[in-house]
Amino acid sequence: MGHTIIITVISLSLLALLAAVILYFIAQKFKVYEDPRIDEVQALLPAANCGGCGFAGCRNFAEALVKAETFDGLNCPVGGAPVMAEAAQALGKEAPVVDPLVAVLLCNGTPEQRPRTSVYDGVPDCRIAHNLYIGETDCSYGCLGKGDCVTACTFGAIYMSKETSLPVIIDDKCVACGNCVKACPRNIIELRKKAKKDRKIYVACSNCDKGGPARRACKVACIACTKCVKVCKFDAITIENNLAYIDALKCTFCRKCATECPTGSILEINFPPKKPAPEAQNETIKVNPEV
Amino acid sequence: MIDATGFRQTAVYIDTRGDEWIDTIDRSGDINREIKLSPEEIIQKCLETGIVGLGGATFPSHVKLTVPAGKRCDLLIINGAECEPYLTSDHRLMLEKGEEILTGTTILMKALRVTKAYIGIENNKKDAIGHITKLAEGFPGITVYALKVKYPQGAEKQLIKALTKREVPSGKLPLDVNAVVHNVGTAFAVYEAVQKNKPLFERVVTITGKSVPKPGNYFVRTGTPVRFLIEAAGGIPENTGKILSGGPMMGKAVSNPDIPVVKGTSGIVLIPADESLRNEMMPCIRCAKCVMACPLHLEPYLLMTLSEKGDFERAGRERITDCMECGSCSYTCPADRPLLDYIRLGKSTVIKMARKQMIK
Repeated sequence: MGHTIIITVISLSLLALLAAVILYFIAQKFKVYEDPRIDEVQALLPAANCGGCGFAGCRNFAEALVKAETFDGLNCPVGGAPVMAEAAQALGKEAPVVDPLVAVLLCNGTPEQRPRTSVYDGVPDCRIAHNLYIGETDCSYGCLGKGDCVTACTFGAIYMSKETSLPVIIDDKCVACGNCVKACPRNIIELRKKAKKDRKIYVACSNCDKGGPARRACKVACIACTKCVKVCKFDAITIENNLAYIDALKCTFCRKCATECPTGSILEINFPPKKPAPEAQNETIKVNPEV
Repeated sequence: MIDATGFRQTAVYIDTRGDEWIDTIDRSGDINREIKLSPEEIIQKCLETGIVGLGGATFPSHVKLTVPAGKRCDLLIINGAECEPYLTSDHRLMLEKGEEILTGTTILMKALRVTKAYIGIENNKKDAIGHITKLAEGFPGITVYALKVKYPQGAEKQLIKALTKREVPSGKLPLDVNAVVHNVGTAFAVYEAVQKNKPLFERVVTITGKSVPKPGNYFVRTGTPVRFLIEAAGGIPENTGKILSGGPMMGKAVSNPDIPVVKGTSGIVLIPADESLRNEMMPCIRCAKCVMACPLHLEPYLLMTLSEKGDFERAGRERITDCMECGSCSYTCPADRPLLDYIRLGKSTVIKMARKQMIK
């Protein structure tokens, strides 16, 4: 009995030793050299793996950073400037200054402004609704309200508002990874430059129809009347395809366009209330409740 | 102009004040059986008069009639099986315009240079089978076959299999099994174009539904708003929940009754409100009913999951593009899963991806 145990222990130990030696040599032979700096840089990154940088994940981005000669075009939107500065320091390079961005919804078609003309009872999926037909309203450009962007957001920065049936983007949580932009089948989410105090002024409409049909479908549609273009002193507003667009880089937040807009499609958010409130200016500040 | 999906499209608006006919169009009711044109001239005529497949897909007929080099065609099949339940436009046309359809078939045979044509009619239209069989005696080469009543029987590939036992391979066309399929409506349109010189601007549209006061088949010009048709059939009943353009299986709900009838509009079906809403979606119970139901032997549950999760490359490998969107899977699913919605999404994405690759 004791004899058998000894033989077993010895033979198994020899076998294990043999395997260990073979494995050691194989590991040496097929060793893949990895730059140790990749691990270092990866540790600095936020590990969100959101893909906002354009790479498959944080590891992939760290590899790209180590390989890159300069940091031009490489940016981690989640970590922002501090993380990029740290990474640059670790690699002995310089990080260019990249403006932080924030996602905004280019549609303000609440049920009051944009009447529902049909009922969609299919799958609650924007892609399917968009494939199938125009949507529950007469606007073929606006938000379908089925929440693909909410599902796409891994940071919990978007939720559907019950009152407006539109997604609401929480500025503090949004890291501008761009997943919602890709998820939206109507391409109505834009990444805009973040201004101080989260101030925003933009055309909350994506309707490229002419004034008449656009206005009929939605009361707060941009009708391309060019009033905002005329009033803007900084050439920040352009009109293309019957739709006005405010260039966030040129805009100085003078708010003249929002006052001028006859339909109230230009939204101004997080501004202090104006001192005197003449006429129907308050109408233009129909804003999604900010959280 | 708003199309059936509600999106705006560019369209030609024709302002009509009464009818004016040019002299070249023969408007008499006489049936002209003598075919004067050569095959090439027939194909040219189909192109000029804008003949398209009237089964619903509106594929240009002159393309179908031109047999490409290296391919051989020995059989013409005329589809008299109604595409979908509820629709009766082909049935009515066969009863009323039987001789014209048969002449049209002969014209198509000449254009394709074939000597054999089968007309497949579903077994629930006994009167049409009798009528066409009797008339076909005077037309050499045309045989009428009665088909089992089932859905989808009127689909090209299913019809070929039912009539000839030839199966069209995945991704291939009926021509690859030496057959060409045309609808009875198309045969009639070809007759009118070739013998009467009349372009395709009218078609038979079925207007039906449980609560429609005067359901029936109407001969309608393309461009007529659907609203007029419904008014002709007695107006929209109060309890209508959905207006479908097309049949109940593949038709799409229209969001606005002002959309025009187009060449592919085979029917308008009004569905009562209590029947129009979907049931709540339940989890898949892996019963494989959809797999059994699929006429193309695909795996709908798998294709749906792949589309839902966004794995379109795998969906493409699972032959999602073979799906003809007949809707049998969604109809049969005991868990009320929206199989077809997701498959349509996946199919369009896969096709878009393939196109992008081709451009590269």
